[in-house]
Amino acid sequence: MSTTVPAELKYVDTHEWLRLEADGSITVGITDHAQTLLGDVVYIDLPAVGTRLNRGDTAGVVESVKAASDVYVPIEGEVVAVNEALVDMPEQVNADPYGEAWFFRIMPADPGDYAQAMGAEQYKELIGV
Amino acid sequence: MPQRTPLFDAHAAAAGKLVDFAGWSLPIHYGSQLREHETVRAGAGVFDVSHMTVIDVSGPQATAFLQRLLANDVARLGFEGKALYSAMLNPQGGVIDDLIVYRTAWDYRLVVNAATRDKDLAWITEQAQPFGVTVDERPQLAMLAVQGPQARALTRAAAPQLAGLIDSLKVFQGLPAGGWFVARTGYTGEDGLEIMLPGDEAPALWQALLQAGVAPVGLGARDTLRLEAGMNLYGNEMDETMSPLAAGMGWTIAWEPAGRDFIGRAALEAEREAGVAHKQVGLLLEGKGVLRAGQTVKTPAGDGIVTSGTFSPSLKQSIAMARVPAAAEGRVEVEIRGQCEPARIVRMPFVRHGQAVFE
Repeated sequence: MSTTVPAELKYVDTHEWLRLEADGSITVGITDHAQTLLGDVVYIDLPAVGTRLNRGDTAGVVESVKAASDVYVPIEGEVVAVNEALVDMPEQVNADPYGEAWFFRIMPADPGDYAQAMGAEQYKELIGV
Repeated sequence: MPQRTPLFDAHAAAAGKLVDFAGWSLPIHYGSQLREHETVRAGAGVFDVSHMTVIDVSGPQATAFLQRLLANDVARLGFEGKALYSAMLNPQGGVIDDLIVYRTAWDYRLVVNAATRDKDLAWITEQAQPFGVTVDERPQLAMLAVQGPQARALTRAAAPQLAGLIDSLKVFQGLPAGGWFVARTGYTGEDGLEIMLPGDEAPALWQALLQAGVAPVGLGARDTLRLEAGMNLYGNEMDETMSPLAAGMGWTIAWEPAGRDFIGRAALEAEREAGVAHKQVGLLLEGKGVLRAGQTVKTPAGDGIVTSGTFSPSLKQSIAMARVPAAAEGRVEVEIRGQCEPARIVRMPFVRHGQAVFE
């Protein structure tokens, strides 16, 4: 089973991915590598829209059949959207981690922070693929 | 390096995700624990449980020995082939292990847990001495558990030579067939078989089962299946510090005849007389999250603890087994990651033959 690491996304070492949107917000989800380690995902807890979060804060929880895992904030800012559909269909995290299973969008406090995140090659090195 | 069962190569071939389990390299799943769970509830799955320990006990004093060793009474095994579930206690009434004992042509066969193998063998051997019985471990045997509503039909198809024996077995019975031993027992709440056979013959049976339509199932689904079925797991629901009376195992203690002096009896009688402080219950989570072992259960009668918790694939909600104060009932709260979430005490099992049965 090969792990997917899309070249157009950015990554952090706690296994969240980041995608820059046209309006300057950042979409956040967990990587294919992370969902594989978790196994079947059965429960998701998301942050509230409007919450201000610092980098490294806990933004939510993803629970698989076997364990609970925190979802961390990869970039400082304000939550501007959350993927409510994911709460009803947590299995999307396993099926489509970079698509339907985005977790939340954050408007960065400092737009320059996005550039600091890892690129795909660096993340691949981190997870050894 | 963990030990390998005779099916190690077969697990790799079936894309099993291998983990170290009680010193054995065994699959946690073969791709999806949820799908494997559902297959056992709806069709049939096979588990490699070769890590479990098979011990044969024989000799003229074998019955007297087991009546001393076990909290349940082997005199209840009225005929060859009958099986019994029992705890093996220490003198303080704590549980050394839980096991299944079969009455056999050579007297008895015990099947005990893998993680407790060494202490079990040491304890059994020590207790056996005054009775002069033979205690013979059978490490050369592999063991496959085929479970699910289709388990017996598909096993008949995979091993036609067993068809007559499979048809003759009632629930909780097991009999030899040549060097094999076939039992209608299991750990999932479904109908099914547990087959012990020489390790070098196990890969062929495994392949035949897969070809007949039985899915390989890992230890992950084994845990969610047994929890839905309300079955205890050694080390979670019970251990050497835990009384079987507080662990939902009161039904496995044979108090009669009153003169049978099994190990731990005096301690259990004293506990029963004083009033058992805790009881085992099922919990259904009504709040957010997933119940996990170790979480605190808050009840008006005092705090309890979750002993096993998971997301139930059959019920699509979180369930748990918990040890709570004896007076607790109805609604409780469970502390999940710092938040108190509502839950409800229910009667177990949660699922029986694929159906919700907790209410």
